[in-house]
Amino acid sequence: MTERHRVTLTVNGTEHVVQVEPRRTLVDVLRHDLGYTGTHVGCEQGVCGSCTVLLDGEPVRSCLLFGVQAEAADVRTVEGLGDQEHLSPLQEIFSSSHALQCGFCTPGFLMLATAFLRDHPSPSDDEIREAMSSNLCRCTGYQNILRAVRRAADAVADPSTEP
Amino acid sequence: MADATAQPSGPDGARWSGTPVRRVEDPRLLTGASRFVDDVAPAGLLHAAFARSPFASARIASVDADVARRAPGVVEVWDAADLELPGLRPILEREDFVVTEMPLLAREVVRFAGEPVAMVLAGSRYAAEDGAEAVEVEFVPGEGVSSIEEATADGAPLVHGSARGNLLLDAAMVDDAELDAHLDAAAVVVDATFSSGRLTAAPIETRACVAEWDARERRLIVHISHQIPHLVRTTIADLLGLPEHRVRVIAPDVGGGFGLKCVVGREEVLVAAAAARLQRPVKWIEDRLENLTASFHGHEQRHAVRVGFGADGTLLGLDADLACDVGAYSCYPFTCGVEPLMAATELPGPYRLTRYRARARAVATNKPPIAPYRGVSRPQITFVIERAMDIAARRLGLDSVELRMRNLIGPDEFPYRSASGLLYDEGSYRASLERCAAELDHATWSVRQAGARAEGRLIGQGFSCFSERTAYGTPAFASRKMAVTPGFESAHVRMDASGGVTVAVGTLSHGQGHETTFAQIAADELGLRPQDVRVVEGDTDVTPFGWGTFASRSIAIGGGAVKRAGELLAERLARIGAHLLEVAPHDVELADGSISVRGAPGRSVAIAEVARVAHHAAHRLPAGTEPGLEVRSTFDPPGTFSNATHGAEVEVDPATGAVAIRRYVVVEDCGFVINPMIVEGQVHGGVAQGIAAALYERLAYDEQAQPLSGTFADFLVPTAAEIPRIEIHHLETPSEHSATGAKGMGEGGMIGAPAAIANAVSDALAHLGVEIVEVPIAPERLLGAIREHPASVSVGGLP
Amino acid sequence: MKPASFAYHRAASVGEALELLAREGEDAKVIAGGQSLVPLMAFRLARPSALIDINRIAELRYVRRDGDALQIGALATHRDIETNAEPGVLDGYSILPRAARFIGHYPIRTRGTFGGSIAHADPTSEWCMLALLLDAEIVATGEQGSRTVAASDFFRGVFTTALDVDEVVTEVRFPAPAPRSAIREFARRQGDFAVVAVATALEVEDGGVRSARIALAGVSDAPVRATEAEAMLAGATPGEVAFDEAGRAAAAGLRPPSDIHGSSDYRKELAAALVRRALGDAVRADG
Repeated sequence: MTERHRVTLTVNGTEHVVQVEPRRTLVDVLRHDLGYTGTHVGCEQGVCGSCTVLLDGEPVRSCLLFGVQAEAADVRTVEGLGDQEHLSPLQEIFSSSHALQCGFCTPGFLMLATAFLRDHPSPSDDEIREAMSSNLCRCTGYQNILRAVRRAADAVADPSTEP
Repeated sequence: MADATAQPSGPDGARWSGTPVRRVEDPRLLTGASRFVDDVAPAGLLHAAFARSPFASARIASVDADVARRAPGVVEVWDAADLELPGLRPILEREDFVVTEMPLLAREVVRFAGEPVAMVLAGSRYAAEDGAEAVEVEFVPGEGVSSIEEATADGAPLVHGSARGNLLLDAAMVDDAELDAHLDAAAVVVDATFSSGRLTAAPIETRACVAEWDARERRLIVHISHQIPHLVRTTIADLLGLPEHRVRVIAPDVGGGFGLKCVVGREEVLVAAAAARLQRPVKWIEDRLENLTASFHGHEQRHAVRVGFGADGTLLGLDADLACDVGAYSCYPFTCGVEPLMAATELPGPYRLTRYRARARAVATNKPPIAPYRGVSRPQITFVIERAMDIAARRLGLDSVELRMRNLIGPDEFPYRSASGLLYDEGSYRASLERCAAELDHATWSVRQAGARAEGRLIGQGFSCFSERTAYGTPAFASRKMAVTPGFESAHVRMDASGGVTVAVGTLSHGQGHETTFAQIAADELGLRPQDVRVVEGDTDVTPFGWGTFASRSIAIGGGAVKRAGELLAERLARIGAHLLEVAPHDVELADGSISVRGAPGRSVAIAEVARVAHHAAHRLPAGTEPGLEVRSTFDPPGTFSNATHGAEVEVDPATGAVAIRRYVVVEDCGFVINPMIVEGQVHGGVAQGIAAALYERLAYDEQAQPLSGTFADFLVPTAAEIPRIEIHHLETPSEHSATGAKGMGEGGMIGAPAAIANAVSDALAHLGVEIVEVPIAPERLLGAIREHPASVSVGGLP
Repeated sequence: MKPASFAYHRAASVGEALELLAREGEDAKVIAGGQSLVPLMAFRLARPSALIDINRIAELRYVRRDGDALQIGALATHRDIETNAEPGVLDGYSILPRAARFIGHYPIRTRGTFGGSIAHADPTSEWCMLALLLDAEIVATGEQGSRTVAASDFFRGVFTTALDVDEVVTEVRFPAPAPRSAIREFARRQGDFAVVAVATALEVEDGGVRSARIALAGVSDAPVRATEAEAMLAGATPGEVAFDEAGRAAAAGLRPPSDIHGSSDYRKELAAALVRRALGDAVRADG
């Protein structure tokens, strides 16, 4: 039987220590060992992007990482963006744009969009579409997700346009 | 496009219905505070995995679990013999239907690759999969069938011994002795076979179930990602031999369903059985491989039709032989008859047609069973009739829009009784086509297309018109003769002592926003705001009996029950308020949280005050009034048809055969719209799945019925790059069969898209004589068709 | 879809990685970004007994210019190349960041590495195709030291390279810039593996083609160079006629695989069309 490894990682600013077997994926560690159930599992093969988190600032598919690979990493999940009483501007815009229906893919899109908007403050519509093509949604047909990211980008550029 | 708001709309400024109210569901879904089944983790949880058959057709010679039981972390391994439980046996009370049973675990034979043979329980899913790998099953592979052609050939091996010719249903649905004579006299007969590929719903949340035995209450609690909690409760109680009130079913947040989750699956029943037997909580989360290869599929159909038209384009007759590849078992409770029966009943669509014959067959093959996936045969039959329209138009030299206008049921013909016995209530079939054609500037299309062709570009425009049967109440389902007949819906509306309202209803939102829309409906009846109304679904302990959410039923039937209950409660509040104000009940109105005397707004009492009196000062109630403020209502309509026209413009790359969608327009009519933002969202999602069916997705199988597209790398769910901007326009023909005037509409997007795209592609290649008769349209096949034709443009000189 | 068990070690240096590899035996595998390996492990198609994690070896993550040559450290991520903005580094090599955008999606490109793609040798890989196109050299390092393998010798078959079981890729070197180059790809969806991909690099002088290089991916069990088409273009006048002929010639010799995304014949058609288009793009390219 393989040994467990001790892994220290920071999630949304809080340090955690876990003991995990090497094959335990980062998404399973986050969800089941640390209780951050906002990140979801949709395919376990790195295609749907529901498991997207930020690792040391970069968007990654947490189903394609083992927990042991996240030693000393700074992880950000959807729980770090806002809470029900204080939605972040991006979360507000997703809601006012009706960019979510069942909500299962939503945390992945929020983390993807967070990284994208940070790295592309003035994106074109094509750039938004290309970046958002990273993740799958089955409910929305993507229309309102693209609209929301467009509005979020415009709001950063001109805060007076914020809803 | 509609945007979320917090203000009511309407001429008197007091109606929440009709307003794009922002969704109550959103905050928890946006912040990770949601609860999906995999987020439920009681202490002592065991995880299930399944040893599954690698063969599509085989005898099980032996199952040896010794090695598996000794795998680290494994607690139990069971096969069918260990469990001795009955299987799922859905029934249609029709003579042309063959009843079959889907065992919970395969026993003696396996009928599709991926069928579960043994269940492994372990301390983690990782260990359970190790255990499943270690189960030693001796299979004796046999001959199977992998397609309708193979299954219906003479001497084909039988999937079920009791189903001769592999027909689980063979229904002569409609007939007409005069039909053949009319077809013989027709100017044009479109004689063609149309095929649609096998699909699956693939919601981003797969199926999921956690069952736990509550020792204190001696009850089984089942958390399940499902569309019909009450159905699950009865089914589990039946199969496990438990009294139903000792089973509680909770569907928390559900990550999409699209019909996959409106049937009862064997794995979830097994999880419940394991939890009851071991008195420990058990979890099973379907992984994506299981979801794509061993779950429920749909939409694989082949329809041979003869469609006759007069020289002026009048539809004269339709002869249809409809076959559906339903896989190895019937789904519970809808049965495998759901696709063929709906196909035959609705094939004529929104068109005037008297002469109709349809035979409908459910063909068994050694592939996973079908369930009612969004649209359920309507995308396929719309593809058939809409392609027939375009083919006939070309052959007759008529404009395709004009040809349709000639045949669409017109405003003065409603209610229209179809050749298959359906009663179509009022719709806007012609108006939606007219509007769609105008939006796409159809009048100038041939000129634009000629210009593009001169430059070597292959562009096409295509339309599809359809009606969508929604809100089936009990009578509509009863005509199908299902042993389990869904239909009605129940709502329980309660006002608490502080004036807050709880609406409990038996539907099950899984993305449709019922917590918001039902609150809008109730708020309008009660003179409150949506935020004063809390909507609860998905817990059989809390909600009245209902039939969940599927078949575009919820807003019309669920909303109808909510409205009725709201009216009853409003009446009671008015009576009490009037009594307190010392006027007659008909002299008061409910608005803005108050009950006021009509014409004297200063004379009012707060609804909250009335609520307090009803609970804490019942002696002050008018004589004969019951204390408390709870009402129940049901709603059971005959059904109502919404409609739409879809229009697409495409461009085909002459070097690769790839299809790009340049414009996509929907003109839809779902009656009165409760929340325009939510309706548009449903159209968006449906169209995306329809585009997927037209151009991308197909579950491919080889001749041994082995799955070839078992992963998201091969089953091509479109990304945002593949779905164009979808333009939506609304018409509104309120339904007289709906308490609110709203019609169902959740499946329409999917119904229209494959036909519109196929028509547009055919139009793009019409000058090469290419007619699309199969979806999905593979670029390779288009390229082949382009190459074959002598009039093909040569490759040189193109960009 | 949980992987089978494995032992895990993290290496802080190349030397340590090689030591661990030797110690763990031939069923051990090196993991860098894991974007190709981990899905295979999820399906249990890959079952390494041990993973040697080299992803933190910082000295292997670079994109450097050495005169005309471009040196890419094995652990440079796809995104490092896509977004590299250091002045002068990618001059004449802009084909590389343009190609990066075809590799999966943004969150895959933050983890996936250049060396990982080269070592994995997927027949549809863009980096493998470009390495072959631009006559790159792959540096393979073992406990005995490093050796250089030409790209034309390196890719041996599906997921098969010239690497010995105890070697790792540490660097890939491109000898000279190719400013007139282009890449064209046909995939079913944005981000999917290419059905067929083509890359071209031209040298044009006095209005004529001095030399042409054409590489294709997805048409064989490894990337290929269309040597006959290349020869045909030497001295030719750039334009539709020459490029169309070159496309046909490139496709003629191919025997591509068939799968559900395309038959062998279809892949040949695509090859011809994409070669023609990529040659047209290359003539107009500049840097």
